[in-house]
Amino acid sequence: MLAPRSSEETVIIVKNLHFKYSSSKGDIRAVDDVSFEIPEGKTLGLVGESGCGKSTLGRLLLRLHEPTEGEVLFDGNNIFSFSPSELKKWRQEAQMIFQDPYASLNPRMTAEDIIAEPLKIHGIDIDPGIIAKTFQQVSLNPQHRSRYPHEFSGGQRQRIGIARALILNPRFIVCDEPIAALDVSVQAQIVNLLKELQQQMGLTYLFISHDLRMIRYIADEVAVMYLGKIVEKAPTEMLFQNPLHPYTQALLSAIPLPDPVAEKKRTRIVLAGEVPSPLHPPKGCGFCSRCPKVMDVCKNTVPPLKEVEPGHFVSCHFVKY
Amino acid sequence: MKPLIEVKDLHVSLQAQGEVIRAVRHVNFTLYEGERLGIVGESGCGKTILMKSLLQLLPPAATVDSGEIWYQGTDLVKLSEKQLQKIRGKEIGMIFQDPMTSLNPTLKIGYQIAEGYLRHFPQVTKKEADARALELLKQVGIPDPELRLQQYPHLLSGGMRQRAVIALALAAKPSVLIADEPTTALDVTIQAQILDLLHHLQKDMSTLLITHDLSLVAAFCDRVLVMYAGQIVEEAEVGELFARPQHPYTQRLLQSIPRIDGKGEKLFPIAGSPPDLSASLQGCAFCSRCTDAMNICRTETPPLFELPSQKTRCWLLDPRRKQ
Repeated sequence: MLAPRSSEETVIIVKNLHFKYSSSKGDIRAVDDVSFEIPEGKTLGLVGESGCGKSTLGRLLLRLHEPTEGEVLFDGNNIFSFSPSELKKWRQEAQMIFQDPYASLNPRMTAEDIIAEPLKIHGIDIDPGIIAKTFQQVSLNPQHRSRYPHEFSGGQRQRIGIARALILNPRFIVCDEPIAALDVSVQAQIVNLLKELQQQMGLTYLFISHDLRMIRYIADEVAVMYLGKIVEKAPTEMLFQNPLHPYTQALLSAIPLPDPVAEKKRTRIVLAGEVPSPLHPPKGCGFCSRCPKVMDVCKNTVPPLKEVEPGHFVSCHFVKY
Repeated sequence: MKPLIEVKDLHVSLQAQGEVIRAVRHVNFTLYEGERLGIVGESGCGKTILMKSLLQLLPPAATVDSGEIWYQGTDLVKLSEKQLQKIRGKEIGMIFQDPMTSLNPTLKIGYQIAEGYLRHFPQVTKKEADARALELLKQVGIPDPELRLQQYPHLLSGGMRQRAVIALALAAKPSVLIADEPTTALDVTIQAQILDLLHHLQKDMSTLLITHDLSLVAAFCDRVLVMYAGQIVEEAEVGELFARPQHPYTQRLLQSIPRIDGKGEKLFPIAGSPPDLSASLQGCAFCSRCTDAMNICRTETPPLFELPSQKTRCWLLDPRRKQ
């Protein structure tokens, strides 16, 4: 049975989550001892470069993968111990928006059928009024309901994907790079839409992105991932004003500013080398092979994730507590 | 400054499903010696087609309808395929977006670079070409260059592949480097490395950077052309463009992108989407999305007005408006 929900609750609690892929060459720890919480109605931004495990983590939160270890509590219930019927019921509450609005919509289905499909799957009566309302919620013209995906632009397609995620009236949505495939002028449309919907419906988001610029606009809290681990986590402004992990600092400095004057004044931290293969991660801190501040201890001991100021967690030997 | 490439009134169209898409319209620009020129625009604005037309690398469905592309006293549009091959790579090098598809997966990295060099310098021995390949890999900062020469592309990471592609583009010491979205497929920390590398290499070349990312232009270019719906809508020095954008599209584009250094409560997106270039466009291509559109904008295409500091294709800047 699902526990009754109380207001002001933390919707998602992730506890010591591990996920290992096995390949012929050995095990890859895609998610390595990750813990965090997301309060109701808030957004956690998850950033990291390709291969850091951020998408795998997002999918674990929707139980699209089974973890090697650890739990994800949704309203206090571990989603990995749900029975099949409990799982199906819970899926109404937790939805996903995908990166590629071209690949995530069936080209043979009309917009209306795509948006109504979740209702069908959950055996809910399809009320044309609800469909029209959902079209309007995402600023799509309900008159275009019988058009096919190829007749929409990329931004409109992403709106269809959002409408499909909303129709079941969920509480939690994993947005996996929802704007990465869109043009710059359209990205802002989608981010603003997601923010408005959050305010109207009290949605809780996990917003996965490699783009720290957008994260700053949408997230209340940001977690930075590197080689399967969260290396820094803080309320958004705290992280941007005072990044403590050398990786976060490098990430922030690597992003050019749309301002040539400021660009000339900046000194960019250019990291040497590349992310090590997850098949052979460094023995100590995952970042030690590229870290400009590396010390001997970093090469042997994994730094713990420690709270250095209220709400600000860092995993780095260099940061003094 | 000496002009190196001069594009004059270029028109390129594409045939798609019985429709004619006018992908590049009325494009004029000059790339000067030693300059870093940026072409910025969103997908479908024609920037890649424009870049490909410079070296006649257009897909079969595309044709140059009219216009001239002058390089060192020759009009590239009029050259035969054989003549063009002497220019591609030797005079004008190219880097494409996806470093995986620019390399042949069945040939070793070293062979591919040496091949490019040998093709343009047939008098060189195989040994000299191999030495040049090694020197180039060192120049672009690939770790273990001796080992990498012997490897196939799939063994290299995305960032290293892009470095190899840059080495390939530099093999014959071109005087112009065209880089089409050279960092888009890469992670930000790797993007910073590649930008750094391009900065170092640029000293004895002119660079044409094609990108959708205004921030890259700010970080890298001296001058910039903004493209929208197949046309250049604004041309300016980089400092000028960011400090005083004149075209409504440039202004809105700058407002719609988030900045890493400023916290913002709200972004200001541009409503709507770019026009369909297959339909016969009337008036200004941006007018359907422009909040300042006037009657004339819907009926007549604005010319590029020459302002003191920049050129802008917008009726609002018609000097006749200022009485």
